[in-house]
Parts: sequence; structure tokens; C-alpha cells
Amino acid sequence: MPQTEAFVQRIDKALANHQARQNLRATMDRLKLKRLQQFPDKRQLDDLRHQAKSIRQKTLDHLPELLEQLEEKLTQNGIQVHWAETAEQANSIVHDILSKADAKTVVKGKSMVSEEIDMNAYLEQQGIEVIESDLGEFIIQLAHEPPSHIIMPAIHKNARDVAKLFHQHFPELAYTEDVDELTLSARKILRNKFASADAGISGVNFAVAETGTLCLVENEGNGRLSTTVPDLHIAITGIEKVIEKLEDLPPLLNILPKTATGQTITTYVNMISGPRKDNEKDGPREVHLVLLDNTRSDIHSSDEFIDTLRCIRCGSCINHCPVYVQVGGHAYGSTYPGPIGTVLEPQRIGLKQMGDLTSACSLCGACAEACPVQIPLPSLINRLRAESNNQQFGNSRTSGKGSLRNRSEAMTWKLWSFTHARPWLYAIFGWTASRLRFLAPSKLGGWTKYRTAPKPAPQTLHELARQQGFDNE
Amino acid sequence: MEKPENIYFFGTCLIDLLYPKAGLAGMQLLQREGINVIYPQNQTCCGQPAFNSGYRDEALDVALNLLQCFPKDIPLVVPSGSCAGMIKHHWPELFKNHPEENAVKRLSAQTYELTQFLTDVLDIKLEDLGQPVKVAIHTSCAARREMQAADAIEKLVDQLKQVEKQQQHNKEECCGFGGTFAIKQADISGAMVEDKTRYLKDTGADLVISQDCGCLMNIGGALEKQGTSPATKHIAEFLWERTNATD
Repeated sequence: MPQTEAFVQRIDKALANHQARQNLRATMDRLKLKRLQQFPDKRQLDDLRHQAKSIRQKTLDHLPELLEQLEEKLTQNGIQVHWAETAEQANSIVHDILSKADAKTVVKGKSMVSEEIDMNAYLEQQGIEVIESDLGEFIIQLAHEPPSHIIMPAIHKNARDVAKLFHQHFPELAYTEDVDELTLSARKILRNKFASADAGISGVNFAVAETGTLCLVENEGNGRLSTTVPDLHIAITGIEKVIEKLEDLPPLLNILPKTATGQTITTYVNMISGPRKDNEKDGPREVHLVLLDNTRSDIHSSDEFIDTLRCIRCGSCINHCPVYVQVGGHAYGSTYPGPIGTVLEPQRIGLKQMGDLTSACSLCGACAEACPVQIPLPSLINRLRAESNNQQFGNSRTSGKGSLRNRSEAMTWKLWSFTHARPWLYAIFGWTASRLRFLAPSKLGGWTKYRTAPKPAPQTLHELARQQGFDNE
Repeated sequence: MEKPENIYFFGTCLIDLLYPKAGLAGMQLLQREGINVIYPQNQTCCGQPAFNSGYRDEALDVALNLLQCFPKDIPLVVPSGSCAGMIKHHWPELFKNHPEENAVKRLSAQTYELTQFLTDVLDIKLEDLGQPVKVAIHTSCAARREMQAADAIEKLVDQLKQVEKQQQHNKEECCGFGGTFAIKQADISGAMVEDKTRYLKDTGADLVISQDCGCLMNIGGALEKQGTSPATKHIAEFLWERTNATD
């Protein structure tokens, strides 16, 4: 099925689910409000955003050096570093590490990079049992669904959905729709898994080059358990997550939870600095970090799109997107939904497969306003639109440039441009439209499904201005 | 900025064809403040529809025609946040490395959205001559986020003694217009304008006013299709009607 058609079908399906839309609207409105309450002073917020942006920009300005330094410091700390250019390489590296340790069961903390490379499916094919330990991820793993939000993966499910799912998978548990009881059940199930797992896999929020420290924030303690209880811990992250200094961390940790969930700080802030030492009683005996490129170097090479890599994956752009709140994450059909997905996925996967995402944006700018690192998301979306129908456009390495060019659409714009670049022709058009206003169509495709058709006025402003004697010079 | 003697007025293509009274009212408001308003007859469109649809060459040709309408070093006033935003913020990108790049920079530096010009430059004083009315203000996304003109329209309406402002839920959220977005993603846009009109209806306002006719065409068209109030009106027309003694 062509991507456009599939996208339209997913959108139709999402819009038809009124209950899910109501739930999502209530949640997003609440999240926006909670964020706002964390930043009562707009000027302070702007200062914080500017500071966070500068820190992330510094990373991108010195990315190769910082990655080298990070590798050196991590190695000194006893953390083994692996480089993966592609998703396949990353998966096979992780599998090799697990095989060497004879690990058969894995508990996972939440990681969007692992979603990006479809790691669970890969490992399961190799006969490894993977258990998602973040409650939201645990739920969608049971449902065999991808996440619908980058920090709240099961946001599309309500208590009843989860109750049914748990009842189906754990028939021994009494049926309940009580959220606390459901959470307690998941907790009990997961505790046993933590205790018996051979390995833990996690993501990374920030990797500090100066000290070789991996910082991981979370609210459920599952991240800490995944990274400390099993004997083997494998962390995986994108190469852009490095930051230069330890002192860069507090400003980022200040803004990330506030902007993401409206929390002052996450319940857990994990600073992972190496495997268990001889005099220590707990912690993993082996720690690995897999650094994934997966087109990030291409994005980094583009003056136009490099800003994409400042992202700290807070999800704020998604929470503020008026399109996301209508259709939810699954409509996008991509790993990353919402504004950041609309910018990242066409670059990561190519315009041919993902370029259509850019059509689902009114360029309202709410995302850029909410972004803690000031990524100009609407400008980037607009630029991707230009790339998707013009093979020659720009200097980026985005694949599939021009692949969505539609001949009749291109012809329409040519005609439009021809008319509007010639005042005399435009004047004829305006005069005719206003004189023949009674002939204006009352049906205009999708527009009049929800609205009446606009009608030309009896006279144009050009005429009124002339009649009223406004200066024409 | 000092109050200028002359200004250029760009009426926008949407206003030209569909809402000319809004454009005329804008010019009359400026003229009443003692400013000579120049309306170049060669103006058509700023190029935004094509630019936002990813057709930049086509946008550039149209923008170039408009640029040539404004050769003098005087301010440009636009009764639309989105068209003003296009000229002020996107033309510099569109004209990057173009021979007219510097002319564009000079123009964009003195491009104003109308309500912003009335408040920030003219410090206009308004006397309300109208009947009591309840209004809800919908500031367009471009007026709010590109032009930073959300305060300007509020300040103007606050001067009108008989006007009671109503606050709609999610006031800062997009109405779903987005130019060709409303055609390309008609059902998402339709869902957005359904939410927007519901929030507006819930306020009990008689009238929705805005700096942008794109939003008004969307919101007004949806309300008309639903067969319900409030009515919609551009801020310039609203201000002129309420403050002009002779009309």
C-alpha cells in the first residue's frame, strides 16, 4: 500500500476512536498545565531553555572529540564501549554480549533507541526472553503494540484496557480496574523477573564525556533495578546523547522532567559510573555501552538539520501538538511520533517512506515554543516538505528527495505562481471572481465537510482602496 | 520607533478577495491617526501558501513581485499575523543568497502586524461608541508565536469599555487552519476546528475576533456549517466599527 493511503487509513481509524481521543485530550491538557506550573516566570523559562540549548549545541559542535573522550573515560571506569553504525550492528553487538555471558533472560528499562532498532524482536528471535520493566512498556509488550508516546508509551490505554490485558495474560489474578491494584500486580510480577534475570538493558539520558558517567532518569525504580541487580548491564544510546562536562548535567536535569511531565525532578536519577568494584557488595559485574549512529552522522553533517540532534527526548513537543492530541501516536506509524518524529523519521528512514508525516502539521509552532532546547521544529518540517518534492533542494543527505513530487500538485503551484507574480493577471482573476461570486462553488472537498465555502466579496480590496483614494505609489 | 509619516499597507490576498472590509478598516484606522497609507496596486500575495507547501521556487516569484511594491524605506503594516510573519521571518530564509537579500532584510526589520503597530508604534487611544458585547479573542499561531502580537490585540480590546472579554479553553491552541494543511489533512483539521469551535461556544461570546482572516475563515466557516453563534470578525473591522462616529 502506498504510504499516503496507509497514513490516511491510520488517521481515519484514530479519529474514529472518540473515547481514546477524549482520554488523550484530558491527559495532554493536564501535562501542559503541569509544565506551565513549573515555569511561572516566562523569562526564567526562556533563560533555562537558552542554557539547555547551548549545552546541547556544544555537544554537536564537538561531537567527534567528545565521543572519543567519552570512550576513553568509560573504558577507564571499566565500562566496555561498542560502536554501531546501523540497527543490525547494534542488535548483533547486544546479542553477542548476551551470548558470551550465557544470558537467557533480560529485564529492560525504557529505551527509545531499542525501539528504534526493534531490539526486542531481534533478541526474541535468538531465543532470549526480554521483559520490559517500565510499567507502560510492560503493558504495550503484553499487547504487542509499539509505544504511542516517547515517554508515556501506553498513554493510549485506559485502566479498563489494562485490566483486560492483565486478565488475559495473568488469569490467576483477580480482575480489577483499580489502577493501584493493577500497578501492584505488575510490580509483583516484575520483582521476580528482576531477581532472576541474567542481564539488564537500559537507555541513557546523558553520557558525560568528562567523567565517563551514564545518567539515567526514571520514576519507577525499574531503571535502577535493571541496571544494578543482574550481573550484566548493557546500556544503549544514540551518539548525540553525550555531553561535555558534569556541570552541564544539572541545567539539563532541571529542565527535562519539568518540561516532560511537570515534575520538579524524577523519582530516580541514576549515575552509572562502572561495574561493581572488588570492595562493593552489589552492582553488575560487567557494564557495556552501545553507541548507535543509525543516520545520526548524516543529520550531523547538515547545517540545516543538525538542530534535530539537540533533542533530549522529553516529549514536550508531542504533548503540545494539536495534531497529536487528535490522532495519537500510532497514527504516525513511526517509532517517534509527533513533531520530533515528523522531523526525525524522514531523515532517519527517508522521505519516500516517512515524508508524508510532514503533511500532518499546521505549522502552528506550539512544539518549538515548548521545546526545552529550542529546536525550530516547524522550520525543519517546512524544509522537509521542500525536500520531499524537490530533488535539488538543499545540501542535506536526506534520502528520497523529490520522491513525493506529485505532478498535478506541482502544476497547480506553477499556475498559482504564474498568476500571483503578474499583477495584471491577478487583477483579472480578482475582478472575475468577485463579479462571478454567485458561481463560487459551495463544495470544496474536505474543506466543506466541516465548514461552509468562503465566498468572494462583491469588490476586491484593490478596488476599495482605489475608490477611497488611498495612495498607490 | 517614532510615528512615521508614510507606511506601506499589504492587504493580503485572502483579505483582498474575501474580506476587503477588514483591509479597508485597517487602512482607515491608520489614516485616522494621521498617517499617509500607501496601498500599492501591484500587490498580490506574500508567497506563503506555496512556501508552506514546500514549493519555494514558486513562492519566491510571488514574493519578489510583492517586494518590488515596497521600494521606499518606510514601515510595512499587514493586517494578518501569518502574512506579516512570512515577510518578517521567512522571507529572509526564502531570499537567502538572492540578489534582493538585503532589500528583504531592510523590509522585514520594519514589518509590523497591524494591532502591534497600533499599540507599540502609534500608542493608539480608542473610544468605544458601540453597544455592549461579549467577545472571545482568537490570536492566530503566527500572530502569537512569530509576531509576538498576542498582547497587542488584548490591549486594544481592553480599551473598549463596552466590550467584555471571554476566555476560551486552550486559547493558545491552533484552530486547524494551517493553509493547505486544511485541505491535505482535512479530517485532522476538521477535528481541530471542532474542538476550537466547541471551546469558543462554551464561552457564550457573541463574537470571535482575530488578527487573521485565515483563522476566521476556518472558525467562521465551521460555526456557520454548525448553524451556531458566535459570529466572527477581523479585529480591524471590529475596532473601526466601534470607534468611528461618521460611518
